[in-house]
Amino acid sequence: MLVRGLRVLGQAIKAEPRLFTIGVVGSSVFGLLVIANSYVVGGIIGRVVVPAFNDGSTSTGTLVLIAVIFLGLSVLRVASIFGRRLGAGYMQFRLQARYRRAVTRRYLSLPPSWHQKHATGTLLSNANSDVEAAFVPIAPLPFAVGTIVMIVAAVIALFLTDWVLALVGVTLFPALFGMNVVYSRYMSPRQIKAQQMRAKVSAVAHESFDGALVVKTMGREEDESRRFRVYVDELRDSLIAVGRLRGLFDPLMDSLPSVGTLAVLLLGAWRLQDGAISVAELVTVSFLFTVLAFPVRAIGWVVGELPRSVAGWERVQAVLAADGDLTYGSAVAPGPGPATLRFDKVDFAYGDGPLVLNDVTFTVPPGRTVALVGATGSGKSTIASLAVRLVDPDSGQISLDGVPLPSLTEPALTSASALVPQLPFVFDDTVRGNITLERDGLDDEAAWSALRLAQADGFVTKLPDGLDTAVGERGTSLSGGQRQRLTLARALAGRPRLLVLDDATSAVDPRVEAAILASLRGRDAGASILVVAYRRATIALADEVVYLEQGKVVAAGTHTELLANHEGYAELVTAYEKADAEKVETS
Amino acid sequence: MTQGTLATVRRGLALSPELRPGLAGTIGLAVVQMAGRVAVPIAVQQGIDHGIRGAGGPDLGFIVVVVALTFVALMISTLAGYLMTRRLFTVSETALGGLRSRTFRHIHDLSMLHQQSERRGTMVSRVTSDVDQISTFLQTGGVQLLLASGQLLVSTIVMFVYSWQLTIVVLLAFGPAVAVIRLFQKRLAAVYGAVRERTGVMLGAIAESVVGAMVIRAYGVAGRTEKRLDDSIGRLETAQRRAMRTSVTSFSSGEIGAGLALAGVVVVGVLIGVDGGLSVGRLTAFLFLVTLFIQPVQIATDMLNEAQNAVAGWRRVLDVLDVEPDVKDPDEVGVDLPAGPLSVRFDDVSFSYPGGPIVLADVDLEIKPRTKVAVVGETGSGKTTFAKLLTRLMDPVSGAVLLSGTPLRDVRFAALRSRVVMVPQDGFLFDATIAENIRFAEPSLTDAQLTAAFTELGLADWLSGLPGGLETPVGERGESLSVGERQLVALVRAYVADPDLLVLDEATSAVDPATEVRLQRALDTVTRGRTTVAIAHRLSTAQAADEVIVVDAGRVVQRGAHSALVAEEGSIYAKLYASWLEQTR
Repeated sequence: MLVRGLRVLGQAIKAEPRLFTIGVVGSSVFGLLVIANSYVVGGIIGRVVVPAFNDGSTSTGTLVLIAVIFLGLSVLRVASIFGRRLGAGYMQFRLQARYRRAVTRRYLSLPPSWHQKHATGTLLSNANSDVEAAFVPIAPLPFAVGTIVMIVAAVIALFLTDWVLALVGVTLFPALFGMNVVYSRYMSPRQIKAQQMRAKVSAVAHESFDGALVVKTMGREEDESRRFRVYVDELRDSLIAVGRLRGLFDPLMDSLPSVGTLAVLLLGAWRLQDGAISVAELVTVSFLFTVLAFPVRAIGWVVGELPRSVAGWERVQAVLAADGDLTYGSAVAPGPGPATLRFDKVDFAYGDGPLVLNDVTFTVPPGRTVALVGATGSGKSTIASLAVRLVDPDSGQISLDGVPLPSLTEPALTSASALVPQLPFVFDDTVRGNITLERDGLDDEAAWSALRLAQADGFVTKLPDGLDTAVGERGTSLSGGQRQRLTLARALAGRPRLLVLDDATSAVDPRVEAAILASLRGRDAGASILVVAYRRATIALADEVVYLEQGKVVAAGTHTELLANHEGYAELVTAYEKADAEKVETS
Repeated sequence: MTQGTLATVRRGLALSPELRPGLAGTIGLAVVQMAGRVAVPIAVQQGIDHGIRGAGGPDLGFIVVVVALTFVALMISTLAGYLMTRRLFTVSETALGGLRSRTFRHIHDLSMLHQQSERRGTMVSRVTSDVDQISTFLQTGGVQLLLASGQLLVSTIVMFVYSWQLTIVVLLAFGPAVAVIRLFQKRLAAVYGAVRERTGVMLGAIAESVVGAMVIRAYGVAGRTEKRLDDSIGRLETAQRRAMRTSVTSFSSGEIGAGLALAGVVVVGVLIGVDGGLSVGRLTAFLFLVTLFIQPVQIATDMLNEAQNAVAGWRRVLDVLDVEPDVKDPDEVGVDLPAGPLSVRFDDVSFSYPGGPIVLADVDLEIKPRTKVAVVGETGSGKTTFAKLLTRLMDPVSGAVLLSGTPLRDVRFAALRSRVVMVPQDGFLFDATIAENIRFAEPSLTDAQLTAAFTELGLADWLSGLPGGLETPVGERGESLSVGERQLVALVRAYVADPDLLVLDEATSAVDPATEVRLQRALDTVTRGRTTVAIAHRLSTAQAADEVIVVDAGRVVQRGAHSALVAEEGSIYAKLYASWLEQTR
């Protein structure tokens, strides 16, 4: 653990050598000044105070000099503190920022298949608390390095003063260091446990507040509180365990230097009797032990935080090292006008799972609307993701106007096709920002015309600031249907040549949906449309239907043809009517 | 206005009674610990004055006695320190655990309106990171601050005993530092406030890049998100640096104070000399005491930020606890609902969100027991509000809702929630198994009873088709199931709760036909013999209801059987129905 921890520190130092140097220099100067201060105190006691008390001999000049020395040391100490703290702090902040940028860059470039394998909460903490944890030891690091310099200097100074008193130091400093290491070793598992319990408490709270409505309507507040309390109690116990260890260690750490001072007093008196040292030296050494105690703890802080740092660092590295990025080609799709989409013998599976799509072949001819119909789990949404190349197939080929999707450049691909997903995603931005996404050439005129097509102009006009209205985090100020229409407008605004609708009007009232479908159909700009459909009206709008069963295309043709010739299809699309009929009978 | 620190602490202590018992003991132990710390300077003084510079030359025997006594004092002090911290942590963590649990419960007790006006993450932080901040502070800075104050007090007293003149010199030397620190306190609060705020903004941006990853990719707009992320990350770094500069500046003033004090003590000490009641030992002890005096001042400045964070966290928690639930359980003074099927009466009910336009206006209607009613209307017509008022998720602004003649406001929640059950739109499920999710409504049910419930609702085949049957995990928010399947489970959950009034907010999202058939069948069984109010998005539901209530722009505009309403030519319902027909046929 120590080795891996030091390696993380090494990486950090390599990344920010300048700030690290500033911090270490500041800290070392600080340490040397602390030692100097002890010698000044001792010297002044021996050379000025003792004579003054013995025979009253003192001069104004000496006193002024004393004042200047103390103040001068103070000023130097302040300068060294600035160097130490700003160096360390800036280094820590810089590293956090750098790694947050790096991690979020990976989020943006890793493919959806990677995102699906990682929970949102995990990714959030990778970019936030894990990055933070990785660089926690950076804050006390320069202090700790400076302290080592200080201890070495102090031991040398002690030996120069008196070897007997030096032995006290040589015993005391390793003892302090050893205690710190022992402490860290016992502390880190407790802290890890507390951290795990924190995560659990947070997860339970998150879920419970997420389901607040269900909790309320079922009157389960008391039971939920009980469930929560179990975890809270465990967290409490683990925090008390952390606190007790700290309570044992801290007072010991505090009193050890005092024991050193007492030892110096005892041995010093003996050495003084032998005439080996002077009063001044005795005072110097005891003063030194008093002021050295605190900095030594900085080493403990660094060592103590290493396990957490390593854990955070490794999780961050896992994100940075993740691969599977989609690479783009250099081809630009021919245009303009509606595109031809072709699936050719496409197979697809999620990870090592079973095949979700098996030998899927179909074409969306230019300007035509093709509906994908099939029961839940038949692979419709997967086809939608493949069509706009959110994922690549395991085998087979998908092409746009005859160009395989992987050969297209990213701008060519994203400007040619647009996907409206099942669950609308709305950015924490204005209505305008959500529609244009700051894509080139999209002005207010384009936004409004897209809104009109999506039947969303009505509610946007009524919003307090129209296009400038901020919609809030995830669009919380809008209803589900409004969010869907907003994302539909976003897709239409880019005038895609291929529009892929994955059940994109499900939360819209039937009447509004009918109007949207009509306006899409009547549109002159013309796009080819691939639509995942549940409602019969949506299906009826299509020029052609591709019917899927368990990842296979089992029939294709017009709605009427399939209805007449394919039993499974007919069963599925008439299920609504059956359900209605049953209802009438039973009620 | 934000409340002052003292007021927050006082309010917090009042709300955490666990903190009070044994407080005197804790403080007593802290004083003993502190007294041990000044033992060393006193020993140095005694040793120098009487042992080393004693009248008859160095007296080793005396020094041995002094050192031994001080060592014992030191050990007692260490022991006191251990007992004190142990006690403090146990008490404070117990109190904070209680605070978490109480706040958690309180948030659940708040009305739906309150809950929805807060971001979910914000509510979670109230019971997690905000309390963590208090805990972290108490475990690290808090103890140090407590000890530091004790050390400050004890060392000042000892200084006074040794020399009142030099004590005045020390106090004067620290005067400017204290003034600077006080001056900086406000600045510190502001800069650390900025750090917290920018952390929040950054977290929002990161969350967006994760949750919206697919959309960002599909539209090829990663550049825009990158910019937003970089901005928020950079702005946080700037704020962190500024906070660091401010706190170092404040910290340094203590260092200058220390220099002034040391210089002042030596100069003045030598000047007043033996006549001022001083000796070499006393002056030396004084220099030790000055360092004991400096440490607390520096620790205090350093801990100030942490203390402010902790107080801010505490204040946020207390602010939540201060919010009175506006939809309140009448509890003991409440009444039960009369037994048997329930009737519903809306008595001139109006509703508007605070500061918003009227959503429901003068609704006056009655629903007979055991009838099935469908409420229809366009998005925003007020039909969902109707359901929320009926289940008392909200209270009307004027008028009253009565169940079998009893005003809803008077009904105890325990009675209300067992008799009136709502199946919300999104069919939220907990990350547990199907069985555990159903038991959410009725924990005492056995597996056999659960299976029976599924069978009664015609869902036995669906259940047996699942990989683990009742023990199938449903995933986060139930996301391993389809929207329709989640509703199925939510429906079974409502069924086992056996309510007398069932309020159903139909899912707006489309459900695949096979599941739709199952849903309809199950619904028939669930609604049998109960008063049912369905907020209908599919008109097939309305068609099958005993009665349809049509809501438009917050008013009830039509009411009657489906066939009668369709016949009213040009009516809103007739239009809705025509458009729906066009879609499904």
